[in-house]
Amino acid sequence: MRKCSLNSLNAVFEKLANDSALYMPVDGDKGADYKKWEMGDELSSALNTNRSAKDFFFPQTENLMEFKVSGKEIEVIDTRDEKEDFVVFGVRACDAKSFDILDTVFLSEPCDSYYANRREHATIVTLACTRPSETCFCNVFGIDATKPTGDVTCWKTADDMYFEANNEKGKAFIEKIADLTEECDSKAVEEQQAKTKEILKKLPLADLKTEKFGKDKTAEFFDAPEWRELSTSCLGCGTCTYVCPTCQCYDIKDYDTGHGVIRFRCWDSCMYSEFTKMAHGNNRLSQLERFRQRFMHKLVYYPTNNDGVFGCVGCGRCLAKCPISMNIVKVMKALGGNDGE
Amino acid sequence: MQKITCESLIEKACELIENGTVSRVIGWKKGEFDYDLTPAVFANADEIKKNFIYNDFSGANFSKYLIKETRKGEGKVLVFLKPCDTYSFNQLLTEHRFDREKVYAVGIPCEGMADIAKVKAAVGDGILKITSEGDELIVENLYGDVNKVKLADVLAERCVNCKSKKHTAYDELMGEDGEILDNNRFDEVEKLENMTEDERFAFWQNELSRCIRCNACRDVCPACTCEKCVFDNPKSGVENKAIADSFEEKMFHIIRAFHVAGRCTDCGECSRVCPQNIPLHLLNRKFIKDINTFYGEYQAGEVEGSRAPLVNYTEEDIEPNDAVKREE
Repeated sequence: MRKCSLNSLNAVFEKLANDSALYMPVDGDKGADYKKWEMGDELSSALNTNRSAKDFFFPQTENLMEFKVSGKEIEVIDTRDEKEDFVVFGVRACDAKSFDILDTVFLSEPCDSYYANRREHATIVTLACTRPSETCFCNVFGIDATKPTGDVTCWKTADDMYFEANNEKGKAFIEKIADLTEECDSKAVEEQQAKTKEILKKLPLADLKTEKFGKDKTAEFFDAPEWRELSTSCLGCGTCTYVCPTCQCYDIKDYDTGHGVIRFRCWDSCMYSEFTKMAHGNNRLSQLERFRQRFMHKLVYYPTNNDGVFGCVGCGRCLAKCPISMNIVKVMKALGGNDGE
Repeated sequence: MQKITCESLIEKACELIENGTVSRVIGWKKGEFDYDLTPAVFANADEIKKNFIYNDFSGANFSKYLIKETRKGEGKVLVFLKPCDTYSFNQLLTEHRFDREKVYAVGIPCEGMADIAKVKAAVGDGILKITSEGDELIVENLYGDVNKVKLADVLAERCVNCKSKKHTAYDELMGEDGEILDNNRFDEVEKLENMTEDERFAFWQNELSRCIRCNACRDVCPACTCEKCVFDNPKSGVENKAIADSFEEKMFHIIRAFHVAGRCTDCGECSRVCPQNIPLHLLNRKFIKDINTFYGEYQAGEVEGSRAPLVNYTEEDIEPNDAVKREE
């Protein structure tokens, strides 16, 4: 483990930024968002950025290719810009875990080369949490907020920033800032972790139960009467899906430029009425069906297809952002398996 | 003005459902915390007693839900309306969007609703409990702190600039009715008007570039009630999905603002729900201010059935050319 004093953190950032693009959460007047670091920017202490870290690998809109038509000839143009290496600093444990979930979807065969390209070029530097919010429930999904994953894990104490590499990429990162950091023991980190764990135990959502959900539970929940009431005031907007670090649905569309076609990909939301609309029409006609799809995907379908792993990381963004304050926690409690229900 | 209690609303709702005046009640349902209330439809007194809540976070405007709710079921639906909600209620009636006969509206006074983001900015995160005491909120957090914050200091923007404490529609009123208020709601608009064109462009560019096209502003808006929105139509070419470029993201919001011009009551739901905290209400307020300037004072939803200036030709109307020239 290595450390640097918080006073010299800017020098570390400067060194990293000279080497490759460096992104981190920075506070703005509307909350924290990832920003390309420039001298003067301070690392935010916010838990959740407004938009999740998935944007780095799965941007809301991207052009996939272009077509030029001349006569009977169609030219296909690969428009992707080969990504250069970049560092994402200060990723929280929940968002770091979301990358595993996205990887399962995008990197399994057939591998999504656009996504893979960005993943390969990124170094993920995570930051342990010390002051969780009441809306945090990552522990429910087996995530340790005091020891987030990623290529490098960081802990910020009152005076120092601690660094520990988790893999080869991480070691290369540590190597880069070796001059600016010193070898140290992990005592201060362990003390901080113990203290944070006490707080995590007291979180109001800490004992949310997941046992009832998971693999092969489709039949049990699909026709549950609770969906009607849960979805009754859903506005059908896409907020929950777009702020979610694990929602990964997209649409691919063609845009006619007048002298060719741009094929682009953009996020899509299962909450939208025209989601996955096909020639035969729409497969989910009511908001109840669309609402159910989203939560069944997180709690049942994704685990069914991926060895029981849930499609939620407990970041709490949907709890904070849903216009009607309906969210996965309320769904899990209403569907049962939790005390007092 | 006496602050209305949750208990008195529960009592009223139970009374009306038990005596058969209504068959169901639109109200706020308790959440996981004291601030995350969900709009819900209650079908009996037991449910109401168990889960109905009214507190400083009962901000949601229920008027739009009446479109959906009056189309189903037998009997009337009870809706609680704060003064600002009644403007949306009237506007929807003016546009024949729901059957008035199927609604029993109870007006409730309002002292302004708190914005949880402002509460958190004032006293920090990790909130376990929020209780109301006089004009203060008592906030307990995970870390053992108990903080006090004045409701007046954490009011939602729309409540800071409250336009009216007067109900414009109801079947029954609880408590006393208030007055239409003098307010400073156009101050921010004037600031924007006083900017240079470039500054103003930069302001909106910065705000709207954060838009994620979740459509929450549209979906919550009581003036946005088209059965099928043009932005939901895959054949329209302007479907909601992609923010193709900075032109398109502005176009969406500007078209929406135009579409609700003269119909927007300035209820502020658009800005309340925006996950990216874009001050969308300022676009609508600019239209309201312009309409006031060019056609005389007009408040959408103040009078049911009123003809909005933009859809009501009179010989005194300003010539379009003169309206365009205003900047000169």
